[in-house]
Amino acid sequence: MARLNMVEAIDQCLLQEMQRDERVIVLGEDVGRDGGVFRVTEGLFERFGPQRVIDTPLAESGIVGMAIGMAIAGFRPVAEIQFSGFAYPAYDQLVCHAARMRNRSRGEFTVPLVVRTPYGGGIRALEHHSESMEAVFVHVPGLKVVVPADPYEAKGLLASAVRDPDPVIFFEPARVYRAIRTEVPEEPYTIPLGKARMVREGRDVTLIAWGAQVRIIREAAERLAAEGVAEAEVVDLRTLSPFDHETVIDSVKKTGRAVVVHEAPRTGGFGAEVSAQIMERAVLHLEAPVVRVTGFDTVPPLAKLEDYYQPDVEAVVEAVRESLRF
Amino acid sequence: MPIRPLVSYSIERVEVLREDGTVDEELMPSLSADEIQRLYEHMVLTRRFDERMFKLQRQGRLGTFARVTGQEGAQIGAVFALRPDDWLVPAFRENGALLWRGITMTQLLQYWSGDERGGAFPRALRTLPISIPVGTHLLHAVGIGWAMKEAGEDSAVLTFFGEGATSTGDFSEALNMAGVFQVPVVFFCQNNQYAISVPFTRQTAAPTVAQKALGYGIFGVQVDGNDVFAVYRATREALERARSGKEPTLIEAHTYRVTDHTTSDDARRYRSDEEVAAWLKRDPIERLAHYMRAQGFLDEAREAEIAAEADRKVAEAVEAFESIPPPEPEEIFRHVFAQKTRPLEEQEAALLARWERRR
Ligand SMILES: Cc1ncc(C[n+]2csc(CCOP(=O)(O)OP(=O)(O)O)c2C)c(N)n1
Repeated sequence: MARLNMVEAIDQCLLQEMQRDERVIVLGEDVGRDGGVFRVTEGLFERFGPQRVIDTPLAESGIVGMAIGMAIAGFRPVAEIQFSGFAYPAYDQLVCHAARMRNRSRGEFTVPLVVRTPYGGGIRALEHHSESMEAVFVHVPGLKVVVPADPYEAKGLLASAVRDPDPVIFFEPARVYRAIRTEVPEEPYTIPLGKARMVREGRDVTLIAWGAQVRIIREAAERLAAEGVAEAEVVDLRTLSPFDHETVIDSVKKTGRAVVVHEAPRTGGFGAEVSAQIMERAVLHLEAPVVRVTGFDTVPPLAKLEDYYQPDVEAVVEAVRESLRF
Repeated sequence: MPIRPLVSYSIERVEVLREDGTVDEELMPSLSADEIQRLYEHMVLTRRFDERMFKLQRQGRLGTFARVTGQEGAQIGAVFALRPDDWLVPAFRENGALLWRGITMTQLLQYWSGDERGGAFPRALRTLPISIPVGTHLLHAVGIGWAMKEAGEDSAVLTFFGEGATSTGDFSEALNMAGVFQVPVVFFCQNNQYAISVPFTRQTAAPTVAQKALGYGIFGVQVDGNDVFAVYRATREALERARSGKEPTLIEAHTYRVTDHTTSDDARRYRSDEEVAAWLKRDPIERLAHYMRAQGFLDEAREAEIAAEADRKVAEAVEAFESIPPPEPEEIFRHVFAQKTRPLEEQEAALLARWERRR
């Protein structure tokens, strides 16, 4: 089986979805001739031409607003926002229209739209290129939010997002794009939205993350095991909205301890939701308070201070020790 | 009920300095020999700094940045018309303009190396920090212009952006509000023909950026952006209009991005070498040098001297930059609010404790 990085896996998924369904189109800044600034749409323009792989003017609100219209009229647009830090002009369109058209028209008009966008730090980038603001999209009723952790996951989850009848925001961890390769089957496959993934079984503590942090909690789990500290269960949420509380709650009921990790700011981050759900559904099983390892309530710093901001393996290991000590 | 023309407008293009180095005497702005020398020196400094930055970036000593090479005529010609009490609202490709305003090379190097302390442009310089979200800062220029007018100051505001920015909603909102409120703002578009890979013809169906002014009832003009005299002339006029009548202007400087979009880009993927080569022949610095040689302001020796002087300044700045100690983690929390909030205090303490344990 081919070993692909995440850029290649997403590219392959888009190609196959476009072959499968001619209503699928790709639009965004530099997605055509240039193949996207991260090369995620490489080769699509040559293959499908400018009618289906559309280089747009520089206008995020325009891209998403137009894609909403395309979706209403029967297409399946996959819009790229070049960096999630520039998604905010489109936020209005997402919140006021993409997320509500179904409700407003009582199901007569729907928006099967995917907005793909890189997010997250660890790439030593300029201001606005390192943010992890998934929570502000999760908070919008009517939007689904998906964050793949590795190439295999990205291909399957994106295929589901493209086929989904509702708008999906697909956050791609820029740091993972070329950092790892996994086996990715050539034939198309889907991974259902709204179902978390058990990455590693354990009995002492549940580690929960999504996107780029999944690698970190996995490594932390391995280190904890190697040091004989704990056998950690590792859960990749995959989809933040809808949130698969079952997988998390079942695990916490078993382990009695939970550590949630995200690079997004701490206050109001999705970790708070995970923690609240555990509180509501499994409080009597808890041996210790839920611990959060997160970014800070600050602007993500530029390159020179980035390592201080990002949760790392050591911070997760420490958090587990804290939970065990309680 | 006849059908008759209701309004008709035209858009002018200003050119002063020809490619052979001769000028249109009638249009030539009044500039002393000394001023022309300073223009030239600053354009050379901007270029040499840009080239050095590029090398530093390739060596991993700087992060991603956007080069100005080839746009010195547009950029420096425009800021040369500013007074110190005017405001500058830049985008992200304005290193040359920022230097002219008194931001130091050391500071810019610091910023582009990923140390946000470099973003502390002294308030007295009336020069806003680098703004990366395309098009958004034009509205800030409108607000500052409004404030200058309200305060009874005769200062104006100059804001830079690319033609890509003209596709954003904020561009329309800014021009519209500037027209409605009659604020002293000069919207300066460096139309360098590309927004990353997207050519101007795919950015808008309009043949010029300048004509977009008409829709908002403000004045618009195109200049040859590689002709520093035309740029200076048009900007000075626009600034005068801003000061006296509080009228906004849209200037389109027709130029070309001869480099990659940023150090992360590869422009060969979307445009031909021939196209770039044709524009390289229209280099704004060379064109000005041509003129100066003919006027006897410049000879080979003087040219070499100016280049060497620029290199010396750049080298000094690089040295100073490299001796700056790295920022402390406290820096992350220092400027979120005027007063550090409780959650921030706690998060900072936790971070410092974590790193202390690791030592
Ligand atoms: C709102 C927004 N969208 C996308 C980007 C990514 N991006 C950075 S520069 C750029 C192209 C800008 O083109 P233009 O405005 O013509 O300025 P130039 O880079 O040519 O100077 C893009 C798409 C951004 N910075 N901001």
